[in-house]
Amino acid sequence: MHRNELNSNNNKQKIQNIILRQYYKRKLADKLVSGFAILCVLIAIIPLGSILLEVIKNGASAISIQLLTFPPGAIGSATGGIAPAIQGTLIVVGLASLIAVPIGVLTGIYLSEFAPTNGLLPSAVRLFNDVLTGLPSVVIGIVGYLTIVLALGSFSVVAGGFSLSIIMMPIVVRTTEETLKIVPNSLREAGYSLGISKFRVTFSIVLAKAKSGVLTGVVLAIARIAGETAPLIMTILGTSLFFTGFTRPIDALPLRIWRLASQPYESAHSQGWGAALVLIIIVVLLSAILKILAQRSGYNVRTPHI
Amino acid sequence: MVGIVAFSVGNGSKDIFLKEGFFNFFTGADWNSVEGRESYGALPYIIGTLVSSALAMAIGVPVSLGIAIFVSEMAPARVSAPLSFIVELLAAVPSIIYGLWALFVFRFWIRDLIEMPLYNAFGRSIPFFGPTPFGLDWFTAGIVLSIMIIPIVSSISREIIKAVPDTQREAAYSLGATRWETVRIAIFPYAKSGLLGAAILGLGRAMGETILVTMIIGNTIGIAAIPHSLFSQSQSLASLIANEFNEASSNLQLSALIGLGAVLLILTMGINVGARILVSKIVKVSPGGRE
Amino acid sequence: MSTDNKWHDTPVPKVSKNVDETGNIEEQHRFKVSIRDLNAWFGTKQALKSIDLDIKPNSSAAIIGPSGCGKTTLIRCLNRMHEMSPGATAKGQVIVDDIDIYDKGVDPVIIKRRIGMVFQKPNPFPTMNIYDNVAAGLKLNGVRDKKLINDVVRESLQGAGLWDEVKNELDKPGMGLSGGQQQRLCIARALAMQPEVLLMDEPTSALDPLASSKIEELVHRLKSELTIITVTHNMQQAARISDYTAFMYLGELVEYGQTKQIFENPQKELTERYISGKFG
Repeated sequence: MHRNELNSNNNKQKIQNIILRQYYKRKLADKLVSGFAILCVLIAIIPLGSILLEVIKNGASAISIQLLTFPPGAIGSATGGIAPAIQGTLIVVGLASLIAVPIGVLTGIYLSEFAPTNGLLPSAVRLFNDVLTGLPSVVIGIVGYLTIVLALGSFSVVAGGFSLSIIMMPIVVRTTEETLKIVPNSLREAGYSLGISKFRVTFSIVLAKAKSGVLTGVVLAIARIAGETAPLIMTILGTSLFFTGFTRPIDALPLRIWRLASQPYESAHSQGWGAALVLIIIVVLLSAILKILAQRSGYNVRTPHI
Repeated sequence: MVGIVAFSVGNGSKDIFLKEGFFNFFTGADWNSVEGRESYGALPYIIGTLVSSALAMAIGVPVSLGIAIFVSEMAPARVSAPLSFIVELLAAVPSIIYGLWALFVFRFWIRDLIEMPLYNAFGRSIPFFGPTPFGLDWFTAGIVLSIMIIPIVSSISREIIKAVPDTQREAAYSLGATRWETVRIAIFPYAKSGLLGAAILGLGRAMGETILVTMIIGNTIGIAAIPHSLFSQSQSLASLIANEFNEASSNLQLSALIGLGAVLLILTMGINVGARILVSKIVKVSPGGRE
Repeated sequence: MSTDNKWHDTPVPKVSKNVDETGNIEEQHRFKVSIRDLNAWFGTKQALKSIDLDIKPNSSAAIIGPSGCGKTTLIRCLNRMHEMSPGATAKGQVIVDDIDIYDKGVDPVIIKRRIGMVFQKPNPFPTMNIYDNVAAGLKLNGVRDKKLINDVVRESLQGAGLWDEVKNELDKPGMGLSGGQQQRLCIARALAMQPEVLLMDEPTSALDPLASSKIEELVHRLKSELTIITVTHNMQQAARISDYTAFMYLGELVEYGQTKQIFENPQKELTERYISGKFG
């Protein structure tokens, strides 16, 4: 139809004109959004840079043999150190790992290798695991208080270790399960076809292959709990003494930093920065080990979304 | 193994039994937490938690989305890998160190660069920009919280954006879309629920953060903890628990604090469960991911 | 109504400075698309080697060849989609009317208006209904006039042969259609942009025979208004729908000519062997 053709051509012309006009506006919008995205990246990087800078700057000046080996002095004095806190962190984290790692790895193995795919039990376990990852650390501290501290009658290393293990375990379970899932089935089948029992196949073959990945998950979890403060407040209490027993209170780095920062004295603040530096070094060391392990096993790990 | 899991969760509920004594006071939410007069209400701290977390979301989510878009759509491969690494580093910093830095460094930035100018401009006329700011308030807390949630929200968002099939992007580009427009019409609608889930996970993180908030938020109690201005000191559920737990003077106060913990627990659990459902929805929709 | 001058601002087509080497300038404008010495790579692997091709306006051209011969790469170079793949590069000239789309000053975004594309697997936007899908390109480019959009949506759906089937259900989700309908929806979406060239990358390989034949019928109808270039691995289809056929092998253009000639009287031995099914 002649009229329709004319109409249609008019439309085409109109559209072409509009597009030409709008082009510059759209280009501008695109540039703006790109700029915004870059700005966001800067917003993430700048605080990180500042944090690292400050910790290193202030902490380095505070580090000394005294800081690292002495117990705290009187409040407000410039003497004293954070040695008990360092020791405490190592002990409590170690204890937590001792509890969480075996249980966590075994649970991960169960979920990946032995559990029926649609069973009720594995689903329940995964559900509980997810729930655990979402618990606020302060609530976990309360749980630790209610169970261990009240039961034992005092703030204690055990309570702290227990609380931290609650935080640690879900991480280990999740990364173990995911690592094991990646191991190709052909490996397992090869084992079975040789007549090896499922148990041996899992532990000798599959686990051996996934070793780095599992280790990565463990190191990740350790790095995470080393920096946790809240659960420790109500479980280990924090003291100025070195280790006196598993059922006695103890100090830890995050806790000590908090206490030092809360004091109104410059010297205390300075010690706090030193302690922070020590803590960051420990965490960074662990994360670096993690990256190296991850590269060795070819397994790419992201910080789990907890 | 499962035993420990169930046991821990079950143990947490033991505290509800402890606070049973004044359950209705909590739901009624009056607001008086003063020793000696033994009356405890959670409302101010619920508000404090919500307000600082809301600010964290308002800043943190857009920034995280910006980063996720940059890394997945804009940056060449050799930039995006180190960038993701850096963002992960942000997540690895223990929150106590965030607190230390915020207390001694960042709060002055906020006070001098944002709060003081606002106060000077509006402070005397509008009460919202109220009494002289000195940097320890819910506003600063919210901002630092937003920095803390960036790693989580941006890395999950990134995964979700990656899960949008390339065919969608191609469809948009073939119509002559610019990069941003492709994100707008091909990625966002597809990934909507997943991105929302990521944001909510960030919210859960912000609400549960304890030690940082304790150091920054100003630590008031009772009615005074309800923020009435941009710069007012406040208190969150978690920060109050951390502050008073070891010095609680009576069993009732202890129970009150544990009760606060219960409230916090319910809030965060609800949020986390909702978020995970949303995130899993989009991952199910596109199991293939990048082709 | 003559089609040659419709899209040009000036009555006499502009002469591009790029056409010098190819000889007769007037000759240039008898072709809609001219490809000159086009090379493309994926990283270091070369996918296209020195392609030279001229395509007449208002014709249907088919590109055939065995898997991996580069036909998809070629077609994706024609609207500059190729370079969007990571590590992908292309060099050469692709002259549409009188503009080399690989010229330094040309923005890939804007040439996509004139050169539309339909993909192998139908990809309507899942969150939009039928109307919005077709209108997507228009709205994106800033068209706001509701009446104009209505008209164009109708025309495009008609052009894609889908109008009668969906005209009362324009608000239904695009994903609710059958595979063949979805593909026609994608074609309508591309048509809405008023392109001059339509590129189709194996448009029927994911469809059943009935749906495929509907699309083939489309090609016949549309070529009076557009220039259509189709990649297909189905030789019979190429014979059915195209006026000209290009045979490619291992990144090179082996032979190009009228479809009848290619299939009945191939000049190169390689072509003959492919046509008769000796490999591929």
